[in-house]
Amino acid sequence: MKLVNAVRSEVTKLTSTRLWWVLAIIMVVYVAFCSGGLAAIFAGVGTRANGPTLPDDQLPRLVYSFATSVGYVFPVLLGALAVTSEFRFQSLTPTFLAQPRRGIVLAGKAITLLIAGAVFGVLALIGSIGAGGGVLAGFGIDTQLATGDIWAFVGRSILAMALWAAIGVGLGTLVPSQVAAIVIVLAFTQFLEPLLRFGASLTDWSAQIAQFLPGSASDALVGGSVFTIASPGGGTGVGLEWWQGGLVLAAIAVVATVIGYVTSWRRDVS
Amino acid sequence: MPSGVPIEFTELTKSFGHVQAVSDLSLTVEPGQVTGFLGPNGAGKTTTLRMLLGLVQPTSGSATFGGTPYSKLDSPLATVGASLEAASFHPGRSARNHLAVYAQAAGLPKTAPDAALEKVGLSGYANRRVGGYSLGMRQRLGLAFALLGDPGVLVLDEPINGLDPEGIKWIRLLLRSMAAEGRTVLISSHLLSEVQQTVDDVVIISHGKLVHRGELSSLDVSDSKQVQVNADDKDRLAEVIRAAGFEVSNLRSGVLVENAEAAVIGRLAFEAGIPLTALSQKRTGLEESFLTLVGEEGSL
Ligand SMILES: Nc1ncnc2c1ncn2[C@@H]1O[C@H](COP(=O)(O)OP(=O)(O)OP(=O)(O)O)[C@@H](O)[C@H]1O
Ligand SMILES: [Mg+2]
Repeated sequence: MKLVNAVRSEVTKLTSTRLWWVLAIIMVVYVAFCSGGLAAIFAGVGTRANGPTLPDDQLPRLVYSFATSVGYVFPVLLGALAVTSEFRFQSLTPTFLAQPRRGIVLAGKAITLLIAGAVFGVLALIGSIGAGGGVLAGFGIDTQLATGDIWAFVGRSILAMALWAAIGVGLGTLVPSQVAAIVIVLAFTQFLEPLLRFGASLTDWSAQIAQFLPGSASDALVGGSVFTIASPGGGTGVGLEWWQGGLVLAAIAVVATVIGYVTSWRRDVS
Repeated sequence: MPSGVPIEFTELTKSFGHVQAVSDLSLTVEPGQVTGFLGPNGAGKTTTLRMLLGLVQPTSGSATFGGTPYSKLDSPLATVGASLEAASFHPGRSARNHLAVYAQAAGLPKTAPDAALEKVGLSGYANRRVGGYSLGMRQRLGLAFALLGDPGVLVLDEPINGLDPEGIKWIRLLLRSMAAEGRTVLISSHLLSEVQQTVDDVVIISHGKLVHRGELSSLDVSDSKQVQVNADDKDRLAEVIRAAGFEVSNLRSGVLVENAEAAVIGRLAFEAGIPLTALSQKRTGLEESFLTLVGEEGSL
């Protein structure tokens, strides 16, 4: 019951400021732009049959996967800001007065962000399938929206986005400074990790390690993205099973949150 | 009617590194009255209240509500209402949503936020984002948070800071009526004069240590009673009073007579045929004995 109250409270926190829909709008526009653009390039190139081509049956999934492969940074930001804003605005004081059992508060936040991440996943997929699928259909390529495979992929994408938001919560507790958390999210997701993944894929042993990077795990869970196909290892190299990818993401979220609980959440609030 | 429980501090101690913020504080705050928790800046008031509310972990000792620490209370907001000095809210949230967030977390009824806003006179601003609130409105919103669960105990850190005279009068009446209903009311301040008309009992700390505890009147130990008096012919007035054996000093307007009663000085002037333009008894006891207690260099 206390946990249910905590979740309700966290949902109100999240929905009573502008942050969530500002992030959601940017995400949908960005994802739609990338999916639509890539669909146009590959579909256009494919019909003229020179340059890099993809089999038509791989293309739809690749196009739709922009929902997670570029969209995942938004649930991470949402989750991290949900925690760091509590530190920044000193609202941990009323929060812990209303519920002194701090573990319940943090669990409520994590559950709430899982839900919010899933909602972001749905919105991002509407963006990628709407724009990407529309372009594909325009070129006369099968959108595969009638196949069960694509809907299993949609489900796994939503799960991935939910887990990314939970990772954001963990990151926020680890790095309570709002500015530092935003810088880390952007630097890691936009620069460091893509570089690491590309570099690591050059040798076999480093590729073994790199598959546990959160971005790789996420791609494994979703099943293919522009990265796995563009890497030198191709789509056939090392890689986790989809459920292993999900477990890696969940483990990262849990470990970060537990460490953050000890290092910042339990501390004196003054 | 929720009834108050006593607040008990037992050998409460907190050090931040080398700074001993609170040292071995033991005392009980009783229900049914307003207790002022006084001390100069940096005395340790806020730290003490944060330990009481489970926000800061004591180095040693404990603080409880009738034997139960805050973190073990069944329904904390319905037992204890607290507001601390820091402005603790997200500026982008409306006052109603701000209160709804905590009412939901504490499992309070849906009507609690509006009822609390009504009590502090913010109903008309319920949907406005809190970032645009004035200092006094924020202070009231803090109080609304404290009143959210209609608690039997109120713990308020510097609640009068930032209120206009009308607001001060209003909060005075509110706190007095809550105490009269049998609730426990503990308010902190660094100014005795600010709470003098509100509190029944005072607790004074300085440098983290308890230096005085008792009824407000127990502070009025000064036996030096002064009279301020003035006349058009100020010099002759001073001469006459001095001749009667009083110690007289010059003020900007009139003279100050030590150890005197207004009636006596008035009669002296009358007998000497000097028309007075001002005559008043001064009792500087309270503020002075407060300053004596917290020490000359009491402020930090
Ligand atoms: N988080 C902290 N870290 C280090 N020192 C602290 C911390 N919080 C308080 N202190 C120190 O503890 C002492 C007591 O501070 P506190 O805020 O409790 O005083 P106060 O009586 O509330 O003062 P004021 O009237 O200015 O609000 C001060 O010396 C302060 O510097
Ligand atoms: Mg203080």
